[in-house]
Order: sequence, then structure tokens, then C-alpha cells
Amino acid sequence: MIETRGLSKVFKDKKRGLIRAVDGVSFTCKPGQIYGLLGANGAGKTTTLRMLATILEPTDGTALVCGYDVIDAPAKVRANVGFLSTATALYPRLTSQEMVEYFGRLNGLDETTLKKRLDEIFTRLDMNSFRDRRCDKLSTGMKQKTSIARTLIHDPAVMIFDEPTLGLDIMTARTIIQFIRECRERGKTVIFSTHVMSEVEKLCDVIGIIQSGKLLAEGTLAELRARYQEQDLEEIFVKVVAPLYAGEEAV
Amino acid sequence: MSFRNIGVVYRKELKEALRDRRTLISSLLVPLLLFPILTAGLGAAISALVGKAKEEIPKIMILGGEDSPDILAQIHKLKHVDILPAGGEWKAQVIDKQVRAVVEIPTGFQDSLARQQVGLLKIYDYDGDLKSSVAADSIQKQLEEYRGNLVKVNLAAKNLPESALKPFDVKQQNVAPPEKVGAAAFGGLIGYMVILLCLTGSMYPAMDLTAGEKERGTMETILSSPISRLDLVLGKFFLVLTTALTTAALSVTSMGISFFVLGKAHAFDSAGAEAAQQMQLQIHFHTVLSIFIMVLPVAVLFAAALMTVAVFAKSYKEAQSYVTPLMFIVIIPAVCAMLPIDLDAKLALIPILNASLLCKELVTDTYHWNYIAIIFGSTCVYAAVALFLAVKMFQREDVLFRS
Repeated sequence: MIETRGLSKVFKDKKRGLIRAVDGVSFTCKPGQIYGLLGANGAGKTTTLRMLATILEPTDGTALVCGYDVIDAPAKVRANVGFLSTATALYPRLTSQEMVEYFGRLNGLDETTLKKRLDEIFTRLDMNSFRDRRCDKLSTGMKQKTSIARTLIHDPAVMIFDEPTLGLDIMTARTIIQFIRECRERGKTVIFSTHVMSEVEKLCDVIGIIQSGKLLAEGTLAELRARYQEQDLEEIFVKVVAPLYAGEEAV
Repeated sequence: MSFRNIGVVYRKELKEALRDRRTLISSLLVPLLLFPILTAGLGAAISALVGKAKEEIPKIMILGGEDSPDILAQIHKLKHVDILPAGGEWKAQVIDKQVRAVVEIPTGFQDSLARQQVGLLKIYDYDGDLKSSVAADSIQKQLEEYRGNLVKVNLAAKNLPESALKPFDVKQQNVAPPEKVGAAAFGGLIGYMVILLCLTGSMYPAMDLTAGEKERGTMETILSSPISRLDLVLGKFFLVLTTALTTAALSVTSMGISFFVLGKAHAFDSAGAEAAQQMQLQIHFHTVLSIFIMVLPVAVLFAAALMTVAVFAKSYKEAQSYVTPLMFIVIIPAVCAMLPIDLDAKLALIPILNASLLCKELVTDTYHWNYIAIIFGSTCVYAAVALFLAVKMFQREDVLFRS
């Protein structure tokens, strides 16, 4: 389970001064559920997810991931999280197997458990044909599978995906979408950020709309449709963020 | 801190480093080949050049001397020269290397000799040009031999013995063993090369493991794992230290073997053969070990400092622009060790210079234990400070995610 309470992050920029990238965000993701964080570029999605993965430390507020506080017990949080984003690349000079083994060891797996889990995952994801190939020689689809294997090796209870289909072709993107669904079916807590409406409509049980670091609306697709009197998610999104956009343009 | 996690990171970084061509070249190939190329290759090249210069039949010119037939005859006795007729723009011809040397015999020179007045013969050459120097030297030698004979004749005419001109002789006699003489000549160079190679061997891995990781996008990947930042930076640091020490060890070993082979092969030409016998360079195993132990804290200092600087960069190219000035900060004190400077208590506290001067002493088998203690201790302190800074940099979000 993920529970955020007034999560905030302020960056200091020499030219622009203080930037409030995330401003008092509070939400809950339950196991066996996909929470979709929907927002435009620069809305604060990536910063929020990085704080949940303890890559960044919150300036204010906190979050609990599997009961562990991201500020007080970051290592325990990371031990229960699998984090995948477009910015999480592979080590080019390691093979696909070595890459996954490395992260398995960093997650504290002993060699026997590591080998067993590695064989299971590589078979499930149909990766055995390229397990000994260096990551810089893999196709995009193979790289994505290797990244997925990396996030799964320690069987985390929480999966965090930050725009995982960005820049991918349709077939590879479908693989990712399918994988995210499987995580839900296995009872994992899944949070997933995107600005692609169709992905949200297909996957998400709960949707949170974020803009300028603030969580402006939250609910199931049906709830949001009823609240904003719109069927199309894009129209709902525009209605939710329009006042903030108007305010920013006025400034 | 988890030694297990540090070990996991270290082994992975080592595996990647051994698969990286640039690391293998800078840390293994360059230190292995540099000394053999410098000693054997350069020595052979210089010998060949000097030999070739001596083989050429130089063209020379004589100005004047029509009234000094004896001097003219002496110059004409020179073998392996081509005497051109005097005239034209002789200075331009020397500068253009068409004529290698010109000897000027002033008017009435032989008469002044007969009257036992001191005359002056000038030899014009191109200073710095090897072939011109060879021609001028052969003329000078011939005339000095003639002068020596004239002196003997004049002394005999006055019934004076030859010892009247030289009542006593003064001679310098070396008492140091040949290996110490060699070590004194080359010790500064050895210290400089070892320290410089230690730095260059660790530069690429330090940049690759920090700025390179950011550029490749794997920094966020590793930061999402449970490993602490401290364990991560220490695992990387030990890999950079390994490459620094490997480069230092290989360069010292390669240097020792090169000088041993060079000494045995008597690569110096005949003019330097006597010098070669007076000066041998032998580097004993205990000297190699001492130099290696002294370089250890220097290697820690380099590894930590390079990582601290490189992690600030967004890309490998930016890291290069930060690291390059560091090279000059290291080169200048390291080069100073090649100057005739002796180690003292104040110099023992200046980083890099102290280690370089100490290497020079160790090569000559000189052990000033008080200075060794100061240098080792102070370098350990500087290394610890640099490592502390490296750890601190790795814990700053604005550094790791600088964009």
C-alpha cells in the first residue's frame, strides 16, 4: 500500500528561485489496484514518483510505502519497490542476465534464490534467447523486458511506473501494459504515471489528476465522469486543469 | 555501511571496466608500454640521429688565411670535410644549412703567433643544429691539437718543461656506487612518471563511473535499489582506486624492467659508454615496494578527488573539462621533483610534491624515516578529506540530478 500525506518538494533554482514541483499531494493506493497519475509535462508526476521510490527526499509531508516511511526508512521502502521509468537505463557492458543478477544481489537475494527467480522470470518473459547478450546489443523490446525483469527480481509488493511507454513502439508498449495488468492481478500495489489518456482509460482503477504540483481531482473513471459531466477523459482533464492554466497565464 | 553491498558494486564495476576498451588502454596498455618506448625507442632514435649526423661529410668554408699557410694546412688535414671556396653570403649559407661551419683566420695571424701574441680564430656555426655542431667541433678539435703542439714547441724553445703550464692536476672522482648515481639522475623522473600515470590511469574510470553513469541514464536505476549512497560511492571509489594502483604498479614494474634491460644492452653510443659504466639504474624489489606503499595514499587522494569533481558534471565531456585542470595541479609539483630540490620538513607537507621528492629518495635507497612519516601521514589526511567530500557529493540531490 502507498499512502502520501501532504507530500511536497521544493527545488532551488539560481535563475527562477524556489520551484514548488509537488505541493501537498495526498492519496492512497491499495494492493491489487492500479492508481494512474495523470498530468501534462511538468505537472509533478515524476517528482512525486521519485519521492515514493526515495530517489528524492520530500521537503515537506511524507509517504508510507508498505508501512515504511520514505524519510525514516528509505532503504526498507526501496527493498519493497520496483521502479521503472524511461530514465532507468541498463548498463551497456553487462549482459541481460548480469543486469538482473546485479539488482537481485543488491536486493539481498542469496545465490540460490536469485538463480531460481531469475530462471522463472526469464522463462515467463521469454528472455532466454538473449540472456547472455550485452545490453548495448539488445533491441528496444529486449531492453524493456530486461528492465521489467530487473524490477521484478526481488518480487516487490509495490510497483512504480513513470511514463513507462514513452517513446516505445506500439507492440513494445502493449507488452508493458500487459505486464502492468499482471502486476495488479498478482495483488501488487501499482502506481503509474502518464499523459496518455487511452492508457489511463484501459488500465487505471483510480485516477489522480495532477497539475502544477497539486492533486486537483481523484476518483474512478465513473466518478470523474459523473462529477464533471463529461464522458471523454480528455475533456474531464481539461476541465480540471483549466482554472490553474488560466491562473498561470494571468501571472 | 554494508561490506557485502560495497563488494557487489565493486565486482560489477570491475566486470564492466574490464570490458571497456578505454579503461584497458589507459590503465594497462599505456603504463606497460610507455617506459619501454621512452627508454629503448627514444634512446635508439637519438643514437641513430647522432650517428647519421656524424656520417655526413660537412661542407665548411675558410675566410682569410692566405698569409697563414700553417693554419690553413692544419684545417686542410681534416678528414671527412668538404672545403668550399670562400665567398658569397656565408652567414646566410650557414643559416640555410648549405654550409655547416665557417672558420675565420684574421689577417697576420701567423705573424702574431710568431711574435707570441694571442690571436683569435673564430668558428661560426648554427647553434642548436646537430650537424653544424659536429662540423664546428671537428674544426675546433683539430685547431686545439695544433695549439697544443705549438705550446710544446714554444716551451722547448725556452727550455721549459711541459709541467710549467700545469703544475698540478685537479680531478673529480665519484665515490657513489653506480646504482646510486643512476638513481640520482633518474629518480626525479621516476617519481614524476609514477605519480602522473597513477592520475591518468584513474581519470577515465572516475569520469565513467560518475558523470558517465548520469549520461547513460543508469544513475536513477541504481538509486532505486536498496543500496545506501555510502555503499554505492565506496564501491565505485574502490574500483577507481584499483585502476590507479594497477597503473602505478604496472608503470613501476615496466620502468624497472626497461632500465634493467637498457643497462644490460648498453644502449648508449660510444661517447656515453664510459658514462653508462659509471651510472647504472637498478631498481630493487624493496624500492618498488616502498614506492608502491608511498603511492597508496596518493592514489586514494587522486581517486576521491577525481570522483568528487567528475560527479558534479552532467556528462562525460563536461567532466573532462573539470578534470583537465586537475592534471596541471598535479603535474607542476610532480615536475618540481626533477629539479635539484632536497626534501625538508616544510616540503614534506605539500601534497604531490612530497610524494614525488620521496620517490626520488627511495630510488637512491635513502630512507629519512621522519620525512616518510610526515609525508605518509599528511597524504592520508588529505586522502581522507577528499573521500569525505566524494561521499558528501554523492548524497546531494542537486549534484546527482543536476540538469
